[in-house]
Amino acid sequence: MKLSRRELLTGLAAAGAAAAVPSPAEARDRKVAEAGSVGMLYDSTLCIGCRACVVKCKEANQLPQDRATLNGAPYDAPPDLNGTTKNVIKLAAAGGRSAFMKSQCMHCVDPACVSVCMIGALAKNASTGIVTYDKDGCVGCRYCQVACPFNVPKFNWDKAAPQIVKCELCRHRGEPKKPGVRQIADPACCEVCPRGAVVYGKRSDLLQEAQRRLKTQPDRYEAKVYGDQDAGGTQVLYLTAKGVPFRALGLPDVGDEAAPALSESISHGIYYGMVAPVALFGAALLTIRKNRKQADEEGA
Amino acid sequence: MFEIATRGHDPATDDAFGRRDFLKVCTLAAAAVGLPASAAEKMAQKASSGAKPALIWLHFQECTGCSESLLRTSAPDVGELILSLVSLDYHETLMAAAGHQAEKTLHDAIARSKGKYICIIEGAIPTKASGAFCKVGGRTAVDIVNETAASAGAIIAIGSCASFGGIPAADPNPTGAQGAPQVLAGKTVVTLPGCPANPYNLLGTALQYATFGTLPALDELGRPKFAYGRVIHEDCPRRAHFDAGRFAQRFGDEGHRQGYCLYKLGCKGPATHANCSLNHFVEVPGAWPIGIGHPCFGCTEQKLAFRAPLHSTVDAKDFPPLTGPGTYPPITAERGGISPLATGLAGLAVGAAAAGGYVASRKISPDGEKKEE
Repeated sequence: MKLSRRELLTGLAAAGAAAAVPSPAEARDRKVAEAGSVGMLYDSTLCIGCRACVVKCKEANQLPQDRATLNGAPYDAPPDLNGTTKNVIKLAAAGGRSAFMKSQCMHCVDPACVSVCMIGALAKNASTGIVTYDKDGCVGCRYCQVACPFNVPKFNWDKAAPQIVKCELCRHRGEPKKPGVRQIADPACCEVCPRGAVVYGKRSDLLQEAQRRLKTQPDRYEAKVYGDQDAGGTQVLYLTAKGVPFRALGLPDVGDEAAPALSESISHGIYYGMVAPVALFGAALLTIRKNRKQADEEGA
Repeated sequence: MFEIATRGHDPATDDAFGRRDFLKVCTLAAAAVGLPASAAEKMAQKASSGAKPALIWLHFQECTGCSESLLRTSAPDVGELILSLVSLDYHETLMAAAGHQAEKTLHDAIARSKGKYICIIEGAIPTKASGAFCKVGGRTAVDIVNETAASAGAIIAIGSCASFGGIPAADPNPTGAQGAPQVLAGKTVVTLPGCPANPYNLLGTALQYATFGTLPALDELGRPKFAYGRVIHEDCPRRAHFDAGRFAQRFGDEGHRQGYCLYKLGCKGPATHANCSLNHFVEVPGAWPIGIGHPCFGCTEQKLAFRAPLHSTVDAKDFPPLTGPGTYPPITAERGGISPLATGLAGLAVGAAAAGGYVASRKISPDGEKKEE
């Protein structure tokens, strides 16, 4: 095929239009936590690993006993989050000492699972920021499992009608007659913790409290609140003991940028103003027309 | 002074208290303190040959609770103990002598069994104001301890006060009270903390020294590992409640009545090394703090008893390393790997499929081309 000068110019113009789409960084603003968003603060230095939260979580969410127990454990002792476990206490070893870690949904400010959910079964509540799950919308694609930077959503592999299982901050326990933020949700884990190692409240209040702890006891903590900015910010915040890095607790160094900030910029950017699709379609039309013309000439 | 032990009462030959009875006492004593059965025979031999271990028991800043708990043992009971097994040469509470007679007894006892006797110290030792806060017979506690310990075969500090100061050393410690290991720095002092100390821990240590001439293995605070090797929490009868997250929220509530875990009420069990949960006091079942519904207050721990607030909870960093089956999952869950054999087989299958596909395409394509031509 031979391009005429005119066709080349048309093609170049189309490509130029596609390239003129704004760069990803400009495409999407960083999401910030809503003023009324709620979350939890987990202080690893206070946790004693009693697992009251694990037990109460199962009770509050009516989750069955775990069949996949730890090696040799005589009773319900889930080895990780799974299809019947929304919250688990793990033991980390770092720098010659041990530390406890509570794993559950982080309720990201900009959740990757919500970004990838094609149906919207996973959604972020606009006012409370709770990442909710609607089983009636879920098609079971498990994109959320792949997308989550914290490896949180789990799947009922052993069920005929499986669902995604993850912490929803006990939003079903929130009642109007309860005081303050407990009207919105009332996490069972925070209710039973004997040391207040995990507390529930407004994210802004919890952040303030975490920073107060860092300021008053700088020798006790690593000087950082995990979740303040990490992964675009999370509504579950973490504090760790000095000498025990967050990485040792299984909280990854994912940077301050939420994954959807990049992925959505790319995928949404391609369709920005429908310029690129129209240009591509135009280029394709031109090529087809030219090829057909050529074929007609050859055939004639 | 305690000549009564041998006067007219030879345990090995006395008709009223025959050799069989005596062996029984020795066996009970050995069993109660975890010594092997052979120790009983040896103990009996030693005792009947007149080589009973001499005990010199010193009292300073204390409440005599440790002595009192020793008086309430039953296997062996205190009578059998001081009449048959040991020679309690000096004990301010139990001896009949007083004044100069008592002082003489102490000096005689030290001189008689120099280098062999067991020096048992009960109570803290005041060091401020040249030790003027505690004097016996005109001498300060520091002097008495130094003199008695100097020619002792073994030194045992019984109770929290003697082990690390205890109540007398609690803030603000006006008398400068110290534990025996601090006063006798450089010497091996077996500490048996407890408020009061479990008498069987004393019997075990004393009888082992008396029978074999050795001391049990000690931890870094001088506590015998046979009794202080594990934390209360590990063998606590309420442990299942802890694991299941059932806590008494306040004294007298439903959970407290049901016997739930007392951690939230300030139980120091997870950070306290002692055998209380296994060896209850004076053989009364359930006779120990947690048994009667009160949180453990950490009386065997230097950093807890009389220092940490009674009802504050202990930090996780004080927990012992948690190992063993069914404790906690690691941060990254272990997943099943794929064996090399499975990988090889899968590779073979893929290879065969690829080769088959290639051969098949070779067979089909010429026909297809022919048709088009």
